[in-house]
Amino acid sequence: MPIVEARQISKTYRSGDIHVEAIHPIDFSIDTGAFVAFVGPSGSGKSTLLNMIGGLDKPSAGQLKVDGIDIAALDRKQAAQFRGDTIGFIFQDFNLIPVLTVAENIEYPLLMVQNWSVQTRKERVNTLMEAVGISEQAHKFPHQLSGGQKQRVAVARALASKAKLILADEPTANLDHQTALRIIDLMKQMRDEFDTTFIFSTHDPKIMDAAECLYTLEDGCLTAQPNPATAKEGQS
Amino acid sequence: MKILRIAARNLLRYRRRTLLTTLLITLGVMAMLLFVSTSGSFKAMMVGQITDSMMGHLQIHKKGYVSSIDSLPLTMNMKPKMVEKAAEQLAQMPQVEAWSERVKFGAMFSNFAETTSIRVNGVDPQREIQACPELPNRLLSQLDSKAGAPFLERGQLIIPELIAKGLKVNVGDPVVLVATNRDGSVNGINFVVSGILEGLSGPGGRDGYLHIDDARELLRLEDNEISEIAVRLKSPEQQPVAMQTLQKTLGSLTNQQGKPAFEIHGWDKLSPFANIAKMIDLMTLFINVMLVAIVLISVMNVMIMAVYERVREIGTLAAMGTQPNTILKLFVTEGLLLGLVGALLGILLSIATVLVLQQAQISFDFGRQSGLILHPELTLSDLMWASLMVISAAVLASLQPAWKASRLNPVDALRQV
Repeated sequence: MPIVEARQISKTYRSGDIHVEAIHPIDFSIDTGAFVAFVGPSGSGKSTLLNMIGGLDKPSAGQLKVDGIDIAALDRKQAAQFRGDTIGFIFQDFNLIPVLTVAENIEYPLLMVQNWSVQTRKERVNTLMEAVGISEQAHKFPHQLSGGQKQRVAVARALASKAKLILADEPTANLDHQTALRIIDLMKQMRDEFDTTFIFSTHDPKIMDAAECLYTLEDGCLTAQPNPATAKEGQS
Repeated sequence: MKILRIAARNLLRYRRRTLLTTLLITLGVMAMLLFVSTSGSFKAMMVGQITDSMMGHLQIHKKGYVSSIDSLPLTMNMKPKMVEKAAEQLAQMPQVEAWSERVKFGAMFSNFAETTSIRVNGVDPQREIQACPELPNRLLSQLDSKAGAPFLERGQLIIPELIAKGLKVNVGDPVVLVATNRDGSVNGINFVVSGILEGLSGPGGRDGYLHIDDARELLRLEDNEISEIAVRLKSPEQQPVAMQTLQKTLGSLTNQQGKPAFEIHGWDKLSPFANIAKMIDLMTLFINVMLVAIVLISVMNVMIMAVYERVREIGTLAAMGTQPNTILKLFVTEGLLLGLVGALLGILLSIATVLVLQQAQISFDFGRQSGLILHPELTLSDLMWASLMVISAAVLASLQPAWKASRLNPVDALRQV
């Protein structure tokens, strides 16, 4: 069953009288539990597409449904609610909240966005810290962690509120080779464990190798190419 | 955790900036509270002196008397019927503690060698002390009298310091007062100077005192008419209520011509010190405005910087689904905390400073009075008002940056380097 369905979506930016079509009308769908990546050169529209799927931006035309919700129809508050309920973000620069400890960073969406009870919050945070292997760092602040540890926290935070869809924008760009491989393995493991869909925007060959389907964006057009080594059925 | 903890940690993240802003607010609060406490002490002392030793909290006259008060016209005295009505009304009022009836007039004062003019109040000593309990404290010197004896007896005259010095008159000296009666005839009576009175600024501040019966005898007043009634209230704060009641009752009474019979004035309408008191109030207001400006500018500056430096972080919060109003609350809480801590520190330091000033017994001179001791005090309402003002200003100052933060487009915010 598709979690993302795009029908003829496009994105146009206006700068004065100039209209720049960042994404031409495209169609695609991504199934629940997929592990796929948008690839393409810089400026091809990967991040724009990811932002639209995450409810941070809206398509200029067409229909984009994520988990059955029409993104274009959401106002500012509804979009925030949608992101809190459905989406988890992993950023290239980790984007952890510097004044919160590891445990508090993971707890943040449960407390400030979803308002879980203390007990269930604690259980969830402990489960996730254990799952990503950072229980030892629970009380450390982000500046006390290595890049790999920070990204593990970011993965745990993205999964915390049981998001159905994780959007990861160049998640391995600031990590060394070995750490990047471990983070990719971790994300795959999380996908398998929590049945969460992962969509990447990346240049990293390691992620491309791991992805089940590569969506190549070039000049605003999209082509899908399943990875025979890893592909699951259902991507188109 | 929640908003308060995150806000506190964000403030501690920029320690130096937070410290400087808090310090600025603290100094502002201290400046305001110390000014309020010292000027309030000065004002209360001066008002207390004027009302407790000279004027009472309010005065009742025959309509038109005050406008010609400089000449102390005997023709504007209140007749016994009026006095009776006023006394009847005053007796019913719970705010009134005491009142004193006075006969005021101008006379010639002579020590048998030199003569000068003098303004005198004929008073009933017992009632005058009840209405102006601090009057005896203004006596610089007085005749030795028996314990429990009134401060003024028949045949005695209390003269102002200026006349005593000018005519070289001392306590115990025989003097004569000569006054023109209402019908134009002149009468004179011998007195003994029983006291020399310290001068105060304002009408009545350089008046002498004699017994009301002596005054009537000197002026040949057959009726028990009087010039004014000085009223002392149980609390100075009750003045507006008491004034209102008197205006409603006595103020509405008319004479045979159908015109108002009485006029009622608060001390502040009769004494020029009221203008100084108003100036003090104006300066207090000015200091308050300065304090609000300090808080507004410093907090707004800090919050604008905070939003500017944390745009990407705000984008992350928004991406995670944090509602715009939660982001707004986060920044407003930071402003609130700055104001709260600044106000608290300012209040604590002000209380400590006021305690030190009280111990130091600072004295000052005002006009002809010297050696006045300052008693700075801070009331709960002063502290509440300062806190309320600072905290409100801090919240107000953080609203605009907080609003801006909450309206940031997450995509643009995340793109910020």
